[in-house]
Amino acid sequence: MKVRVLVSLKNGVLDPQGKAIEHALGSLGFEGVGDVRVGKTIDLELADGSSDEDIDAMCRKLLANTVIENYRVERA
Amino acid sequence: MKTAVIVFPGSNCDRDMAVALETVTGAKPAMVWHGDSELPAGTDLIALPGGFSYGDYLRCGAIAARSPIVRAVADAAERGVPVLGVCNGFQVLTEIGLLPGALMRNAGLNFVCRDVKLSVANARSAFTRGYEHGEVITVPVAHHDGNYFADEDTLDRLEDEDRIAFRYAEEVNGAARHIAGVLNAKGNVLGMMPHPERAIEAAHGNDDGRRLFEGLLKAIA
Repeated sequence: MKVRVLVSLKNGVLDPQGKAIEHALGSLGFEGVGDVRVGKTIDLELADGSSDEDIDAMCRKLLANTVIENYRVERA
Repeated sequence: MKTAVIVFPGSNCDRDMAVALETVTGAKPAMVWHGDSELPAGTDLIALPGGFSYGDYLRCGAIAARSPIVRAVADAAERGVPVLGVCNGFQVLTEIGLLPGALMRNAGLNFVCRDVKLSVANARSAFTRGYEHGEVITVPVAHHDGNYFADEDTLDRLEDEDRIAFRYAEEVNGAARHIAGVLNAKGNVLGMMPHPERAIEAAHGNDDGRRLFEGLLKAIA
């Protein structure tokens, strides 16, 4: 089964990459762009029947650093 | 003194660290591969070197922090063995959870590679006893992800518990409260972005990093 993990920076964590993208979009003439945040998408192929607990543990133990990041799991 | 340098795939300051340790202690350190599960018996000091372990994949230090040797490093730290993490080594220590916070992309987005001024914020730890409190020293940095982040409560706690070893005395990477190096609660684990091993003899431009190793030697001996 396919699982998608979306990792994003927590609110309040400065995202200099997002800021740079925001400025670049502004310099391309796009107006009204604000608060750009860069995250990650991690797609996993897991054995059928993998438990929510296991997937959550993968996120907490490796895929996200919960000091700075939030994560969300989407099952295909 | 028996020292060990942990070598990860992508470490590139492991030999600099080994030379610094040998210069100061007079004995060659053991170079311990990340895939090993044990440290040499009687290891007195563990160093996690700079570099780009696993190509910084996922997050800096994230994959290295799940290496087989890490269990032994964490156990030794728990027993009070001094652990020094420099640059990528600092990133690995935060990913292991031996130190709080995280190292984020530099606020200016650029890789910063130059000498910087540091002020010694805690001169009482095993690592910093060779310095005076408030002394300003010069040590090189070379990193892309040295922007120290922790939540405000954690930063307050680090200050209250006197766990900030070094602060940048100039703007370098946007680090919270100018933090360049932090200690664990027991004071036997230090992570720092600047490279003391690159400043141990006159040929390096200055030797301000040498007293860190000399202080450690005295603390352990």
